[in-house]
Amino acid sequence: MDTKQDLPKPSSAWRNALTLGLVAMVGTGLLAGVNQLTRQRVESQERRAALVQLGQLLPPSRYDNALQEDSYSFRDTVWFPSGQAITVYRARMGSEPIAAIFRLAATDGYNGDINLLIGINLDGSLTGVRVLSHKETPGLGDPIETAKSNWILTFSGRSLSNPEKDGWAVKSDGGEFDQFTGATITPRAVVKAVRMTLEYFAANKDLVFAQPADSLETASPR
Amino acid sequence: MSSYRKIFLDGFWLHNTGLMVLFGLCPLLAVTSTVVTGFALGIATTVALVFSSLAVSLVRGILAAEIRIPTYVLIIASVVTVIQLLMQAWFFDLYQVLGIFVPLIVTNCAILGRAEAFASRNSPLPSVVDGLATGLGFCLVLVLLGAVRELLGHGTLFSQARLIFGTPGDNLLLSVLPDHCGFLLALLPPGAFMCLGLLIAGRNWLASRSQQSQ
Repeated sequence: MDTKQDLPKPSSAWRNALTLGLVAMVGTGLLAGVNQLTRQRVESQERRAALVQLGQLLPPSRYDNALQEDSYSFRDTVWFPSGQAITVYRARMGSEPIAAIFRLAATDGYNGDINLLIGINLDGSLTGVRVLSHKETPGLGDPIETAKSNWILTFSGRSLSNPEKDGWAVKSDGGEFDQFTGATITPRAVVKAVRMTLEYFAANKDLVFAQPADSLETASPR
Repeated sequence: MSSYRKIFLDGFWLHNTGLMVLFGLCPLLAVTSTVVTGFALGIATTVALVFSSLAVSLVRGILAAEIRIPTYVLIIASVVTVIQLLMQAWFFDLYQVLGIFVPLIVTNCAILGRAEAFASRNSPLPSVVDGLATGLGFCLVLVLLGAVRELLGHGTLFSQARLIFGTPGDNLLLSVLPDHCGFLLALLPPGAFMCLGLLIAGRNWLASRSQQSQ
């Protein structure tokens, strides 16, 4: 009668636990194996993808060091109030510094972070700017992609003196950079991030190239 | 032989995941802005369905009723993670585009649904056929939806085919409407809902017509 209300017999609970454990073990073993087999290839793919992106900002002929090894990450809430981790790749020829590429996010876009690569020559001029990923509105904010428009290319060659300080804004804010029809916030965020990075580089140029590789430096307490 | 045919037709058309059962709407709407991304996720889902159905069918005899669902989830999660790793290794750029929707295949209730409704009661071969049919049916809807949205939104078909086929894939690009200025609504989620609604209406119309002619 009341067998249905009985707890499962201990033996069946053990059996169930054993079965589940076995399935979990087989699954984990399978994953570990596949991970082992694919890890190297995945890593080399990631490396290649990053190099392709870096290569768009700086042709490999201009440097002879391993860009991705000669990099470090830092946070600096004085210059970059969002507190994000920023990665810097240093390009050198011989031991002479050539340029630095910053990977950081424009944090005040319309929808989430706009991840950027910003390349700056030693003399403070931009080698270029590229968008790595973003979640801006398709059709309105996405002309920041090279696939959609050439807007982002207009940064190449610019510096803090070209245009002067007041020009580093979109046109509706009285600056020199075009906004998009129906989207001002997106280009404004990108322009601001590029300007902030240029200002940081101008003030900390020596530090950028002297920093040992792979250190996560917190310049200002968060 | 005819029973396999029936299983296939059932999963592929009569109980089509995307059009009739309406399982897996999240990826269905999220990745179908182009044919290529829709096709890629459709194939990944199909592979996940085939292998999880096979595995579930193989262990069905030794599972007690109380632990069958957690076991299915374990199996499905393992299969999908393997697919994710393989995709990352061999179709890295495609994986970058599909992003979170590859691991999210785990949560596609079509897979758990087929495991529970079919694979747990049938032997391996019919289960594989069922998984294949369900997956291909889902893939068909993803591709159709992707085609409609890409055509309306960009005026092209098969853009970004290089993500699957490498550089030769660029030759597949069809500019159907060369001077198309872009129809944003089709690319945004509301447009996806509307296109899906039209597809469902079309499927129902076809079904009712074939019923009348019988």
